[in-house]
Amino acid sequence: MSIIVNHLSYVYSQDTAYAVKALKDISFQVEDGEFIGLLGSTGSGKSTLIQHLNGLLTPTEGSVYYNGEDIFEKDYDRRLLRSRVGLVFQYPEHQLFEADVFSDVCFGPKNLGLSKSECELRAYEALKLVGIKDEEFYVSPFDLSGGEKRRTAIAGVLAMKPEVLILDEPTAGLDPKGREEILSLIRRIREDTGMTVILVSHSMSDVAENTERLLVMYQGQLVLDDTPRRVFSEADYMREIGLDIPQVTKVLWGLRKRGFPVRTDAITLAEAKAQIMRLF
Amino acid sequence: MLKEEPDIIRLFSRKRSANRPHGSGLVMIDTRKLSFDYIRRDKDGEVEGVTRAVDDINLQIEEGDFIAILGHNGSGKSTLAKHFNAILFPTEGTVFVDGMDTCDQTHLWDIRETTGMVFQNPDNQIIGTVVEEDVGFGPENMGVPTKEIWERVEESLKAVGMYRYRKHAPHKLSGGQKQRVAIAGVVAMHPKCIVLDEPTAMLDPKGRREVIRAIRALNDVEKITVILITHYMEEVIYANKVFVMDAGKIVMQGTPREIFSEVDRLKSIRLSVPQATQLAYELKQAGLALPDGILDEEELVEALCRLL
Amino acid sequence: MLREITLGQYYPADSILHKLDPRVKITGAFLYIISMFMFENYAGYLLAALFLTIMIKLSRVPFSFMVRGLRAVVILILITVFFNLFLTPGEPLFQLWRFTITKEGLQSALKMVLRLTFLILGSSIMTLTTTPNALTDGMERLLRPMRIFRLPVHEIAMMMSIALSFIPILTEETDKIMKAQMARGADFESGNILKRVRSLVPLLVPLFISAFRRAGDLALAMEARCYRGGDGRTKMKPLSYKKRDRIAYAVIVLYLILVVVIRRV
Repeated sequence: MSIIVNHLSYVYSQDTAYAVKALKDISFQVEDGEFIGLLGSTGSGKSTLIQHLNGLLTPTEGSVYYNGEDIFEKDYDRRLLRSRVGLVFQYPEHQLFEADVFSDVCFGPKNLGLSKSECELRAYEALKLVGIKDEEFYVSPFDLSGGEKRRTAIAGVLAMKPEVLILDEPTAGLDPKGREEILSLIRRIREDTGMTVILVSHSMSDVAENTERLLVMYQGQLVLDDTPRRVFSEADYMREIGLDIPQVTKVLWGLRKRGFPVRTDAITLAEAKAQIMRLF
Repeated sequence: MLKEEPDIIRLFSRKRSANRPHGSGLVMIDTRKLSFDYIRRDKDGEVEGVTRAVDDINLQIEEGDFIAILGHNGSGKSTLAKHFNAILFPTEGTVFVDGMDTCDQTHLWDIRETTGMVFQNPDNQIIGTVVEEDVGFGPENMGVPTKEIWERVEESLKAVGMYRYRKHAPHKLSGGQKQRVAIAGVVAMHPKCIVLDEPTAMLDPKGRREVIRAIRALNDVEKITVILITHYMEEVIYANKVFVMDAGKIVMQGTPREIFSEVDRLKSIRLSVPQATQLAYELKQAGLALPDGILDEEELVEALCRLL
Repeated sequence: MLREITLGQYYPADSILHKLDPRVKITGAFLYIISMFMFENYAGYLLAALFLTIMIKLSRVPFSFMVRGLRAVVILILITVFFNLFLTPGEPLFQLWRFTITKEGLQSALKMVLRLTFLILGSSIMTLTTTPNALTDGMERLLRPMRIFRLPVHEIAMMMSIALSFIPILTEETDKIMKAQMARGADFESGNILKRVRSLVPLLVPLFISAFRRAGDLALAMEARCYRGGDGRTKMKPLSYKKRDRIAYAVIVLYLILVVVIRRV
């Protein structure tokens, strides 16, 4: 039992003419070690939802439990929670501020009140994990390439040794190589640490190839919560809510429509290939 | 909510650029042995080193073309594009825009009126606080009479399907809408050519579709020469010619189909092909007699059906 | 919390005040602010309050929205109150520890609060009903005579306009960076002043970097769109006085006459 979201609702700018219902009665549960994809078009409430999971936003109604404790209780230590539930924002490289890469990664552990040597040890481990080379530890973070900056920023969150890692579109704006680096980094983190990961993404193929469970949001509501295979079998519905299905799945649907006996629940390239090869 | 913008949809048939006549034969942009060096300086302003960002490029773009320039970050594609409207000037070689040498200062503003430019970050290129005022900014700078500014603003907002948002505040729009406003701002200047420097890199899939649709409309309907710089392979399939850049050089050029036929080569320069192209490639490797250069899922389905 | 600053923001609505020529509104706001410092009795403040109320009604901007703009300057108002209350010599009313509160002090504190509140509300009516572009156009036209003193009027106006249009983007950015640093355990709320100021570094550095990057990008985009200063530029929305603007000027003059009259009562 890791995170329980219970009838969560959130209204932006409440009590004003601008009030917007961003989240409507959301409930779900995240188990330890799960790898979850969070999907939804822009404005569907994804970012608002994840900011509740580490207590950055306070719900208008409903509650969030972390390891059995209500995180919005008055005397709950939400700063400590933020080190347990690590949140990597979109374009996280925009938060870098220290003079060198290493000190920037130390920022998180330092805020936790750890000893200097412990901070440095953690920063070192985190930078190694994201694949930053030793000779780049003491250069200015602003002299790094786009992909390296982003990995440094992710290291800044990993250095707090979170139990849950939430990433808000970690591949946005990167080129194919940068995207692949980040995705393989996330896979590596999971293999090394068994961390619970929630990946907010716009890429259907990325979540199809990587995650085990999908949460789909639409207009502030949680509309689907299932395995990628079952979610992507709802091709028409996904399109209706502004999302898509992986291109390989579309190929299978196309073949099925032409009367060929293929299964349309293949969502990865390898599965699709196997399905098509069976026809020959 | 997912209905297509009606004013854009009218513009399209499913026809691919490969089947359309393109290029009038008139050369719009002509680069000859173009090279550009970035000079790195240390803290005291001393030259620390020189990076050759663009290396000996010769290319001709014809009026009416839809060109895509592909490459990963740091391949030199944006540096090259900034030469097309005299933001950067060649270290070596020359660039002609509509017959004008970009190094000739007397033509600077003529060149910028001829080639418009749309940038990556939608927030950082909006000047006005109301959509229509932002679109009017370019024509105002060019000294267009008031009445004509209004006509141009109206027609260009209609061309990108944003007319009904003309009174809105730009920062409240979605990324795709902002980017379409930026495109309208350039269209209102009546350029012959538009360079778009990764216009979709910061957008979600829906925004990307909107922007690409608007760009195609400019080329198809308004007959504006389009140069699209991107690292998304899915977006180049509408171009009639693709240049692939790596390390400052053009390493591949051809129709999208020709480019997509060389999956291995693209991978070696760190570009990835769309899933359908990759799947077709792998099926072919497994022995199926599929044609080269499958562009999207529909083509793959077609090709497979022919085999079965 | 930072989103709540409404000072200098535009509020789109369809009202007579929105339609007025910006020059009328700038002149009006300017004269209204001056009138604040002419009153010597409470009748004057009553008149100013009445005028303000009518303008707020006419602007169709929700009052609650305007008041939120006041919150940002509450500290400024409190400091003024403090100084006036405790440091004005005169007839003592009562003693509070070491401070003596005087009748004069109480009065001048009250007047300052009223003045500052009216002043801020008055000028925010102007900015709330005028797009930054119109505002700078108006400024540019009003200041045009200053060009003979080699004052770069167009450039100043353009800078103002850009600064204003970047306010919402930068406030959003501040909010985002703040949250991102809080997710890394940063604490902006507790500790003594020194600690709090130091805790702002992780917020301010990224904010400045981002502002510079945006400024560079914007300059490039403006240049690419043929911006080359004010010479030879035409206007999409050239300013021209209409009947309603003349009426508005008449209203302002009427208000000023009333101010002068009441001042002498």
